[in-house]
Amino acid sequence: MNDLFSKFDALIQQRETLLAGGVEDPFNLVMERVLSPTQAVCNGRDTILLGTYNYMGMTFDPDVIAAGKKALDDFGSGTTGSRVLNGTYQGHREVEAALCEFYAMDHAMVFSTGYQANLGIISTIAGKGDYIILDIDSHASIWDACKMGDAEVVPFKHNDLEAMERRLKRVPEGAGILVVLEGVYSMLGDVAPLAEMVAIAKKHGAMVLVDEAHSMGFIGEHGRGVAEDQGVLDQVDFVIGTFSKSVGTVGGFCVSNHPKFEIMRLVCRPYVFTASLPPSVVATAATSIRKLMHGSNKRAHLWENSRRLHGGLQALGFQLGTQEPQSAIVAVIMPNLERGAAMWEALLKEGLYVNLARPPATPANMTLLRCSLCAEHSAEQVEEILGMFERAGKAVGII
Amino acid sequence: MTRDETDSRIRALIEPFNKKGARVDDATSFAGDLEFDSLTVMDFVAAIEDEFDIIISMNQQAEIENYGQLVDAVCKLQG
Repeated sequence: MNDLFSKFDALIQQRETLLAGGVEDPFNLVMERVLSPTQAVCNGRDTILLGTYNYMGMTFDPDVIAAGKKALDDFGSGTTGSRVLNGTYQGHREVEAALCEFYAMDHAMVFSTGYQANLGIISTIAGKGDYIILDIDSHASIWDACKMGDAEVVPFKHNDLEAMERRLKRVPEGAGILVVLEGVYSMLGDVAPLAEMVAIAKKHGAMVLVDEAHSMGFIGEHGRGVAEDQGVLDQVDFVIGTFSKSVGTVGGFCVSNHPKFEIMRLVCRPYVFTASLPPSVVATAATSIRKLMHGSNKRAHLWENSRRLHGGLQALGFQLGTQEPQSAIVAVIMPNLERGAAMWEALLKEGLYVNLARPPATPANMTLLRCSLCAEHSAEQVEEILGMFERAGKAVGII
Repeated sequence: MTRDETDSRIRALIEPFNKKGARVDDATSFAGDLEFDSLTVMDFVAAIEDEFDIIISMNQQAEIENYGQLVDAVCKLQG
Protein backbone atom coordinates (compact mmCIF):
# COMPACT_ATOMS: atom_id res chain seq x y z
CA MET A 1 0.00 0.00 0.00
CA ASN A 2 1.26 3.44 -0.93
CA ASP A 3 0.77 5.55 2.22
CA LEU A 4 -1.02 8.71 1.16
CA PHE A 5 0.45 10.44 4.20
CA SER A 6 4.07 10.12 3.04
CA LYS A 7 3.74 13.50 1.31
CA PHE A 8 3.61 15.08 4.79
CA ASP A 9 6.83 13.45 6.02
CA ALA A 10 8.99 16.56 5.60
CA LEU A 11 6.56 18.65 7.63
CA ILE A 12 6.23 15.95 10.31
CA GLN A 13 10.03 15.86 10.54
CA GLN A 14 10.32 19.66 10.79
CA ARG A 15 7.72 19.72 13.55
CA GLU A 16 9.38 16.92 15.50
CA THR A 17 12.76 18.64 15.30
CA LEU A 18 11.23 21.87 16.56
CA LEU A 19 9.45 20.20 19.49
CA ALA A 20 12.48 18.02 20.33
CA GLY A 21 14.25 21.28 21.23
CA GLY A 22 11.81 21.49 24.16
CA VAL A 23 9.76 24.41 22.82
CA GLU A 24 6.03 24.52 23.65
CA ASP A 25 3.99 23.66 20.56
CA PRO A 26 3.11 27.01 18.95
CA PHE A 27 0.26 25.44 17.00
CA ASN A 28 -1.40 23.57 19.86
CA LEU A 29 -2.11 26.24 22.43
CA VAL A 30 -5.21 25.88 24.60
CA MET A 31 -7.06 28.86 26.01
CA GLU A 32 -8.32 27.32 29.24
CA ARG A 33 -10.20 30.44 30.32
CA VAL A 34 -10.86 33.68 28.51
CA LEU A 35 -11.22 36.57 30.94
CA SER A 36 -11.71 39.48 28.55
CA PRO A 37 -10.86 40.44 24.93
CA THR A 38 -7.27 41.00 26.09
CA GLN A 39 -6.69 38.38 28.82
CA ALA A 40 -6.84 34.61 29.08
CA VAL A 41 -5.38 31.65 30.90
CA CYS A 42 -3.26 29.79 28.30
CA ASN A 43 -1.40 26.55 29.04
CA GLY A 44 -1.95 27.30 32.75
CA ARG A 45 -0.60 30.88 32.70
CA ASP A 46 -2.26 34.30 32.95
CA THR A 47 -1.67 35.74 29.51
CA ILE A 48 -2.17 39.04 27.70
CA LEU A 49 -3.67 38.36 24.28
CA LEU A 50 -1.88 40.16 21.44
CA GLY A 51 -2.72 37.89 18.54
CA THR A 52 -6.48 37.54 18.25
CA TYR A 53 -7.62 40.06 15.56
CA ASN A 54 -10.23 41.04 18.13
CA TYR A 55 -9.54 44.63 17.08
CA MET A 56 -12.55 46.32 18.63
CA GLY A 57 -12.86 44.04 21.65
CA MET A 58 -16.50 43.22 20.97
CA THR A 59 -16.38 39.60 22.21
CA PHE A 60 -17.38 40.53 25.78
CA ASP A 61 -19.57 43.54 25.00
CA PRO A 62 -22.62 43.22 27.30
CA ASP A 63 -25.13 44.20 24.59
CA VAL A 64 -23.60 41.72 22.15
CA ILE A 65 -23.71 38.89 24.69
CA ALA A 66 -27.29 39.72 25.71
CA ALA A 67 -28.40 39.63 22.06
CA GLY A 68 -26.76 36.24 21.60
CA LYS A 69 -28.37 34.77 24.72
CA LYS A 70 -31.79 36.04 23.73
CA ALA A 71 -31.48 34.54 20.23
CA LEU A 72 -30.34 31.25 21.74
CA ASP A 73 -33.49 31.23 23.91
CA ASP A 74 -35.85 32.37 21.18
CA PHE A 75 -34.52 30.54 18.12
CA GLY A 76 -32.52 27.59 19.45
CA SER A 77 -28.91 26.53 19.06
CA GLY A 78 -28.71 26.09 15.29
CA THR A 79 -30.60 26.33 12.01
CA THR A 80 -29.68 22.85 10.70
CA GLY A 81 -30.14 24.12 7.18
CA SER A 82 -28.92 26.01 4.15
CA ARG A 83 -29.72 29.68 3.68
CA VAL A 84 -31.78 28.76 0.60
CA LEU A 85 -33.82 26.10 2.40
CA ASN A 86 -34.73 26.24 6.09
CA GLY A 87 -31.68 28.22 7.26
CA THR A 88 -32.71 31.85 6.79
CA TYR A 89 -34.08 33.15 10.09
CA GLN A 90 -35.12 36.66 10.99
CA GLY A 91 -31.62 37.19 12.43
CA HIS A 92 -29.91 36.46 9.10
CA ARG A 93 -32.05 39.12 7.45
CA GLU A 94 -31.29 41.52 10.27
CA VAL A 95 -27.54 41.09 10.10
CA GLU A 96 -27.63 41.59 6.32
CA ALA A 97 -29.65 44.78 6.87
CA ALA A 98 -27.07 45.95 9.43
CA LEU A 99 -24.28 45.34 6.87
CA CYS A 100 -26.11 47.28 4.14
CA GLU A 101 -26.44 50.17 6.57
CA PHE A 102 -22.84 49.92 7.81
CA TYR A 103 -21.39 50.01 4.27
CA ALA A 104 -24.21 52.12 2.73
CA MET A 105 -24.57 49.48 0.01
CA ASP A 106 -27.60 47.88 -1.59
CA HIS A 107 -26.85 44.20 -1.05
CA ALA A 108 -25.27 42.04 1.64
CA MET A 109 -24.85 38.29 1.64
CA VAL A 110 -23.73 36.45 4.77
CA PHE A 111 -21.66 33.28 4.62
CA SER A 112 -20.82 30.85 7.40
CA THR A 113 -17.16 32.00 7.46
CA GLY A 114 -15.01 34.70 5.88
CA TYR A 115 -13.08 31.95 4.11
CA GLN A 116 -16.29 30.80 2.44
CA ALA A 117 -17.20 34.35 1.43
CA ASN A 118 -14.01 34.67 -0.63
CA LEU A 119 -14.21 31.09 -1.83
CA GLY A 120 -17.81 31.48 -2.95
CA ILE A 121 -17.87 34.92 -4.51
CA ILE A 122 -14.56 34.75 -6.40
CA SER A 123 -15.00 31.21 -7.73
CA THR A 124 -18.56 31.95 -8.83
CA ILE A 125 -18.22 35.33 -10.56
CA ALA A 126 -14.97 34.59 -12.41
CA GLY A 127 -15.73 31.71 -14.76
CA LYS A 128 -14.18 29.96 -17.72
CA GLY A 129 -12.41 32.40 -20.07
CA ASP A 130 -12.39 35.18 -17.44
CA TYR A 131 -9.21 36.44 -15.81
CA ILE A 132 -8.48 36.90 -12.11
CA ILE A 133 -5.65 39.38 -11.58
CA LEU A 134 -4.57 39.20 -7.94
CA ASP A 135 -1.87 40.31 -5.53
CA ILE A 136 0.65 37.55 -4.90
CA ASP A 137 0.33 37.97 -1.11
CA SER A 138 -3.40 37.26 -1.15
CA HIS A 139 -4.97 35.27 1.69
CA ALA A 140 -5.32 31.49 1.37
CA SER A 141 -9.09 31.81 0.94
CA ILE A 142 -8.52 33.88 -2.22
CA TRP A 143 -6.02 31.39 -3.63
CA ASP A 144 -8.35 28.51 -2.84
CA ALA A 145 -11.17 30.37 -4.59
CA CYS A 146 -8.93 30.66 -7.67
CA LYS A 147 -8.19 26.95 -7.53
CA MET A 148 -11.86 26.10 -7.24
CA GLY A 149 -13.00 28.31 -10.11
CA ASP A 150 -12.38 27.97 -13.84
CA ALA A 151 -10.90 31.41 -14.55
CA GLU A 152 -7.33 32.08 -15.71
CA VAL A 153 -5.33 33.10 -12.63
CA VAL A 154 -2.63 35.76 -12.98
CA PRO A 155 -0.79 37.02 -9.89
CA PHE A 156 1.29 40.19 -9.70
CA LYS A 157 4.02 41.35 -7.29
CA HIS A 158 2.68 42.59 -3.95
CA ASN A 159 1.29 46.14 -4.07
CA ASP A 160 3.16 46.78 -7.36
CA LEU A 161 1.09 49.11 -9.56
CA GLU A 162 3.21 48.63 -12.68
CA ALA A 163 3.24 44.85 -12.42
CA MET A 164 -0.53 44.91 -12.00
CA GLU A 165 -1.12 47.19 -14.99
CA ARG A 166 1.24 45.23 -17.26
CA ARG A 167 -0.83 42.12 -16.62
CA LEU A 168 -4.13 43.90 -17.14
CA LYS A 169 -2.87 45.18 -20.52
CA ARG A 170 -2.08 41.64 -21.66
CA VAL A 171 -5.52 40.18 -20.98
CA PRO A 172 -7.09 39.20 -24.31
CA GLU A 173 -9.64 41.66 -25.62
CA GLY A 174 -13.21 40.92 -24.54
CA ALA A 175 -12.32 38.69 -21.59
CA GLY A 176 -13.99 39.46 -18.24
CA ILE A 177 -11.56 40.59 -15.54
CA LEU A 178 -11.80 40.44 -11.76
CA VAL A 179 -9.06 42.26 -9.85
CA VAL A 180 -8.73 40.90 -6.30
CA LEU A 181 -7.07 43.06 -3.65
CA GLU A 182 -6.96 43.36 0.11
CA GLY A 183 -7.20 46.54 2.16
CA VAL A 184 -4.79 45.42 4.87
CA TYR A 185 -2.49 42.46 4.24
CA SER A 186 -2.60 40.44 7.41
CA MET A 187 0.95 39.09 7.47
CA LEU A 188 2.90 42.35 7.55
CA GLY A 189 -0.01 44.63 8.40
CA ASP A 190 0.65 46.84 5.38
CA VAL A 191 -2.04 48.70 3.47
CA ALA A 192 -2.63 48.54 -0.31
CA PRO A 193 -2.48 51.68 -2.50
CA LEU A 194 -6.14 51.10 -3.38
CA ALA A 195 -6.77 54.58 -4.82
CA GLU A 196 -4.22 53.96 -7.58
CA MET A 197 -4.96 50.25 -7.98
CA VAL A 198 -8.71 50.67 -8.31
CA ALA A 199 -8.21 53.47 -10.85
CA ILE A 200 -5.90 51.25 -12.94
CA ALA A 201 -8.32 48.32 -12.73
CA LYS A 202 -11.24 50.48 -13.85
CA LYS A 203 -9.18 51.95 -16.72
CA HIS A 204 -8.80 48.40 -18.03
CA GLY A 205 -12.46 47.55 -17.63
CA ALA A 206 -12.05 45.21 -14.68
CA MET A 207 -14.42 44.58 -11.80
CA VAL A 208 -12.78 45.00 -8.41
CA LEU A 209 -13.13 42.91 -5.26
CA VAL A 210 -11.46 44.10 -2.05
CA ASP A 211 -11.10 41.97 1.07
CA GLU A 212 -11.41 44.35 4.02
CA ALA A 213 -11.25 41.69 6.76
CA HIS A 214 -8.51 43.51 8.69
CA SER A 215 -9.83 47.06 8.45
CA MET A 216 -13.54 46.91 9.32
CA GLY A 217 -14.56 49.10 12.21
CA PHE A 218 -11.48 51.30 12.51
CA ILE A 219 -10.07 52.32 9.10
CA GLY A 220 -11.98 54.95 7.10
CA GLU A 221 -14.37 57.62 8.35
CA HIS A 222 -17.19 55.13 8.96
CA GLY A 223 -14.93 52.15 9.59
CA ARG A 224 -15.70 50.74 6.14
CA GLY A 225 -12.05 50.04 5.44
CA VAL A 226 -9.08 51.09 3.36
CA ALA A 227 -11.14 51.72 0.21
CA GLU A 228 -13.25 54.22 2.13
CA ASP A 229 -10.15 55.78 3.70
CA GLN A 230 -8.61 56.30 0.24
CA GLY A 231 -11.86 57.58 -1.25
CA VAL A 232 -12.52 54.77 -3.75
CA LEU A 233 -15.17 52.65 -2.04
CA ASP A 234 -17.78 53.73 -4.62
CA GLN A 235 -15.53 52.25 -7.34
CA VAL A 236 -15.22 48.86 -5.62
CA ASP A 237 -17.69 46.31 -6.96
CA PHE A 238 -17.47 43.80 -4.12
CA VAL A 239 -16.27 44.15 -0.54
CA ILE A 240 -15.53 40.94 1.34
CA GLY A 241 -15.47 40.97 5.11
CA THR A 242 -15.63 38.81 8.17
CA PHE A 243 -17.35 38.65 11.55
CA SER A 244 -14.37 36.91 13.12
CA LYS A 245 -12.24 40.00 13.66
CA SER A 246 -13.66 43.42 14.63
CA VAL A 247 -17.22 42.06 14.83
CA GLY A 248 -16.10 39.47 17.38
CA THR A 249 -17.88 36.28 16.36
CA VAL A 250 -17.70 34.10 13.24
CA GLY A 251 -19.06 34.41 9.71
CA GLY A 252 -18.23 36.17 6.45
CA PHE A 253 -19.94 38.46 4.01
CA CYS A 254 -19.93 40.23 0.69
CA VAL A 255 -21.52 43.65 0.18
CA SER A 256 -22.14 45.12 -3.26
CA ASN A 257 -24.16 47.62 -5.27
CA HIS A 258 -24.28 45.35 -8.32
CA PRO A 259 -27.90 45.40 -9.53
CA LYS A 260 -27.93 41.64 -10.15
CA PHE A 261 -26.14 40.71 -6.94
CA GLU A 262 -29.02 38.75 -5.38
CA ILE A 263 -28.63 35.95 -7.96
CA MET A 264 -25.48 34.97 -6.06
CA ARG A 265 -27.71 33.35 -3.46
CA LEU A 266 -28.72 30.70 -5.99
CA VAL A 267 -25.47 30.10 -7.87
CA CYS A 268 -22.80 30.37 -5.20
CA ARG A 269 -22.10 26.85 -3.98
CA PRO A 270 -20.24 27.66 -0.71
CA TYR A 271 -23.37 29.67 0.21
CA VAL A 272 -25.93 27.07 -0.84
CA PHE A 273 -24.34 23.77 0.21
CA THR A 274 -23.62 24.47 3.86
CA ALA A 275 -25.65 25.19 6.99
CA SER A 276 -26.27 28.82 7.85
CA LEU A 277 -24.87 30.50 10.95
CA PRO A 278 -26.59 29.76 14.28
CA PRO A 279 -29.19 32.35 15.39
CA SER A 280 -27.06 33.43 18.35
CA VAL A 281 -24.12 34.17 16.05
CA VAL A 282 -26.08 36.37 13.65
CA ALA A 283 -27.71 38.16 16.59
CA THR A 284 -24.33 38.94 18.19
CA ALA A 285 -22.96 40.01 14.77
CA ALA A 286 -25.87 42.37 14.04
CA THR A 287 -25.61 43.99 17.49
CA SER A 288 -21.85 44.34 17.19
CA ILE A 289 -21.98 45.84 13.67
CA ARG A 290 -24.50 48.45 14.81
CA LYS A 291 -22.30 49.35 17.77
CA LEU A 292 -19.23 49.62 15.49
CA MET A 293 -21.01 52.41 13.61
CA HIS A 294 -20.56 54.57 16.71
CA GLY A 295 -17.14 53.41 17.87
CA SER A 296 -14.99 56.47 17.17
CA ASN A 297 -13.53 56.71 20.71
CA LYS A 298 -12.50 53.07 20.65
CA ARG A 299 -11.04 53.55 17.17
CA ALA A 300 -8.86 56.43 18.35
CA HIS A 301 -7.55 54.36 21.27
CA LEU A 302 -6.81 51.38 19.00
CA TRP A 303 -4.68 53.64 16.78
CA GLU A 304 -2.88 55.02 19.85
CA ASN A 305 -2.09 51.44 20.90
CA SER A 306 -0.84 50.52 17.44
CA ARG A 307 1.41 53.58 17.21
CA ARG A 308 2.83 53.04 20.70
CA LEU A 309 3.56 49.34 20.18
CA HIS A 310 5.09 49.94 16.74
CA GLY A 311 7.25 52.83 17.95
CA GLY A 312 8.25 51.00 21.14
CA LEU A 313 9.28 47.79 19.36
CA GLN A 314 11.23 49.76 16.77
CA ALA A 315 13.05 51.66 19.55
CA LEU A 316 13.96 48.33 21.19
CA GLY A 317 15.65 47.30 17.95
CA PHE A 318 13.16 44.80 16.55
CA GLN A 319 12.76 44.56 12.79
CA LEU A 320 9.14 45.24 11.84
CA GLY A 321 7.06 44.47 8.75
CA THR A 322 6.31 48.13 8.06
CA GLN A 323 8.35 51.29 8.66
CA GLU A 324 5.36 53.06 10.22
CA PRO A 325 2.15 51.69 11.76
CA GLN A 326 -0.38 51.23 8.93
CA SER A 327 -3.00 49.09 10.65
CA ALA A 328 -3.68 47.33 13.97
CA ILE A 329 -1.21 44.59 13.00
CA VAL A 330 2.44 44.92 13.97
CA ALA A 331 4.57 42.14 12.50
CA VAL A 332 7.95 41.42 14.12
CA ILE A 333 10.34 39.74 11.69
CA MET A 334 12.29 36.77 13.10
CA PRO A 335 15.60 35.53 11.67
CA ASN A 336 14.26 31.97 11.15
CA LEU A 337 11.66 29.48 12.37
CA GLU A 338 13.78 28.06 15.21
CA ARG A 339 14.60 31.46 16.72
CA GLY A 340 11.05 32.63 16.04
CA ALA A 341 9.62 29.66 17.93
CA ALA A 342 12.07 30.28 20.80
CA MET A 343 11.04 33.94 20.97
CA TRP A 344 7.36 32.96 20.78
CA GLU A 345 7.84 30.61 23.72
CA ALA A 346 9.82 33.16 25.73
CA LEU A 347 6.96 35.63 25.26
CA LEU A 348 4.40 33.01 26.29
CA LYS A 349 6.37 32.37 29.49
CA GLU A 350 6.38 36.12 30.12
CA GLY A 351 2.59 35.93 29.82
CA LEU A 352 2.06 37.23 26.28
CA TYR A 353 0.37 35.50 23.36
CA VAL A 354 1.23 36.53 19.78
CA ASN A 355 0.79 34.61 16.52
CA LEU A 356 3.75 32.68 15.20
CA ALA A 357 3.40 32.88 11.42
CA ARG A 358 5.62 30.86 9.14
CA PRO A 359 5.88 29.78 5.50
CA PRO A 360 3.87 29.09 3.41
CA ALA A 361 1.42 31.56 5.01
CA THR A 362 4.05 34.31 5.07
CA PRO A 363 5.55 36.30 2.17
CA ALA A 364 9.17 35.60 1.12
CA ASN A 365 9.50 32.61 3.49
CA MET A 366 9.59 34.88 6.53
CA THR A 367 8.94 33.82 10.11
CA LEU A 368 6.89 36.45 11.88
CA LEU A 369 5.61 37.17 15.35
CA ARG A 370 2.39 38.86 14.47
CA CYS A 371 0.84 41.17 17.01
CA SER A 372 -2.70 42.43 16.60
CA LEU A 373 -3.89 45.16 18.91
CA CYS A 374 -7.26 45.58 20.51
CA ALA A 375 -9.12 48.77 21.39
CA GLU A 376 -9.51 47.24 24.85
CA HIS A 377 -5.76 47.00 25.50
CA SER A 378 -5.05 49.65 28.11
CA ALA A 379 -2.09 52.00 27.69
CA GLU A 380 -0.55 50.24 30.73
CA GLN A 381 -0.92 46.83 29.07
CA VAL A 382 0.92 48.11 25.99
CA GLU A 383 3.81 49.26 28.20
CA GLU A 384 3.77 45.87 29.94
CA ILE A 385 3.87 44.17 26.51
CA LEU A 386 6.92 46.23 25.50
CA GLY A 387 8.68 45.15 28.70
CA MET A 388 7.93 41.50 27.89
CA PHE A 389 9.31 41.90 24.37
CA GLU A 390 12.46 43.52 25.71
CA ARG A 391 13.16 40.74 28.24
CA ALA A 392 12.27 37.91 25.84
CA GLY A 393 14.17 39.49 22.95
CA LYS A 394 17.34 39.82 25.05
CA ALA A 395 17.00 36.31 26.48
CA VAL A 396 16.69 34.76 23.02
CA GLY A 397 19.27 37.09 21.50
CA ILE A 398 17.00 38.72 18.92
CA ILE A 399 17.89 42.22 20.12
CA MET B 1 10.43 34.58 -33.52
CA THR B 2 11.89 31.11 -34.09
CA ARG B 3 11.98 28.49 -31.37
CA ASP B 4 15.77 28.90 -31.17
CA GLU B 5 15.49 32.64 -30.61
CA THR B 6 12.85 32.16 -27.93
CA ASP B 7 15.02 29.44 -26.38
CA SER B 8 18.07 31.70 -26.14
CA ARG B 9 16.12 34.58 -24.62
CA ILE B 10 14.59 32.31 -21.96
CA ARG B 11 18.03 30.79 -21.36
CA ALA B 12 19.37 34.25 -20.54
CA LEU B 13 16.45 34.90 -18.18
CA ILE B 14 16.90 31.64 -16.33
CA GLU B 15 20.56 32.38 -15.52
CA PRO B 16 20.06 34.39 -12.27
CA PHE B 17 17.53 31.82 -11.01
CA ASN B 18 19.75 28.82 -11.73
CA LYS B 19 21.59 29.03 -8.41
CA LYS B 20 23.11 25.55 -8.70
CA GLY B 21 24.34 26.20 -12.22
CA ALA B 22 22.51 23.09 -13.43
CA ARG B 23 22.78 22.19 -17.12
CA VAL B 24 19.59 23.27 -18.92
CA ASP B 25 18.12 21.26 -21.78
CA ASP B 26 14.58 20.49 -22.89
CA ALA B 27 14.19 17.70 -20.31
CA THR B 28 15.40 19.79 -17.34
CA SER B 29 12.62 19.98 -14.78
CA PHE B 30 11.96 23.12 -12.73
CA ALA B 31 10.99 21.41 -9.50
CA GLY B 32 13.44 18.49 -9.62
CA ASP B 33 16.58 19.58 -11.50
CA LEU B 34 16.50 23.34 -10.90
CA GLU B 35 14.89 23.04 -7.45
CA PHE B 36 12.67 26.08 -7.99
CA ASP B 37 10.40 26.73 -5.03
CA SER B 38 7.05 28.43 -5.50
CA LEU B 39 8.47 31.92 -4.88
CA THR B 40 11.22 31.41 -7.44
CA VAL B 41 8.66 30.18 -9.95
CA MET B 42 6.60 33.37 -9.44
CA ASP B 43 9.60 35.64 -10.02
CA PHE B 44 10.84 33.63 -13.00
CA VAL B 45 7.41 33.60 -14.64
CA ALA B 46 7.08 37.37 -14.11
CA ALA B 47 10.45 37.88 -15.83
CA ILE B 48 9.36 35.80 -18.84
CA GLU B 49 5.98 37.52 -19.02
CA ASP B 50 7.64 40.93 -19.12
CA GLU B 51 10.30 39.86 -21.66
CA PHE B 52 7.77 38.48 -24.15
CA ASP B 53 4.78 40.66 -23.18
CA ILE B 54 2.58 37.62 -22.59
CA ILE B 55 0.53 36.13 -19.76
CA ILE B 56 1.37 32.67 -18.50
CA SER B 57 -1.56 32.07 -16.17
CA MET B 58 -1.17 29.74 -13.21
CA ASN B 59 -3.48 27.33 -15.00
CA GLN B 60 -1.00 27.16 -17.89
CA GLN B 61 1.98 26.97 -15.53
CA ALA B 62 0.50 23.85 -13.97
CA GLU B 63 1.08 22.02 -17.25
CA ILE B 64 4.69 23.15 -17.65
CA GLU B 65 7.10 20.86 -15.85
CA ASN B 66 10.29 21.07 -17.87
CA TYR B 67 12.30 23.60 -19.84
CA GLY B 68 11.26 22.31 -23.27
CA GLN B 69 7.58 22.61 -22.38
CA LEU B 70 8.17 26.21 -21.26
CA VAL B 71 9.87 27.17 -24.54
CA ASP B 72 7.02 25.54 -26.49
CA ALA B 73 4.40 27.36 -24.40
CA VAL B 74 6.09 30.74 -24.84
CA CYS B 75 6.33 30.14 -28.63
CA LYS B 76 2.63 29.35 -28.71
CA LEU B 77 1.63 32.29 -26.51
CA GLN B 78 3.47 34.72 -28.81
CA GLY B 79 1.02 33.59 -31.47
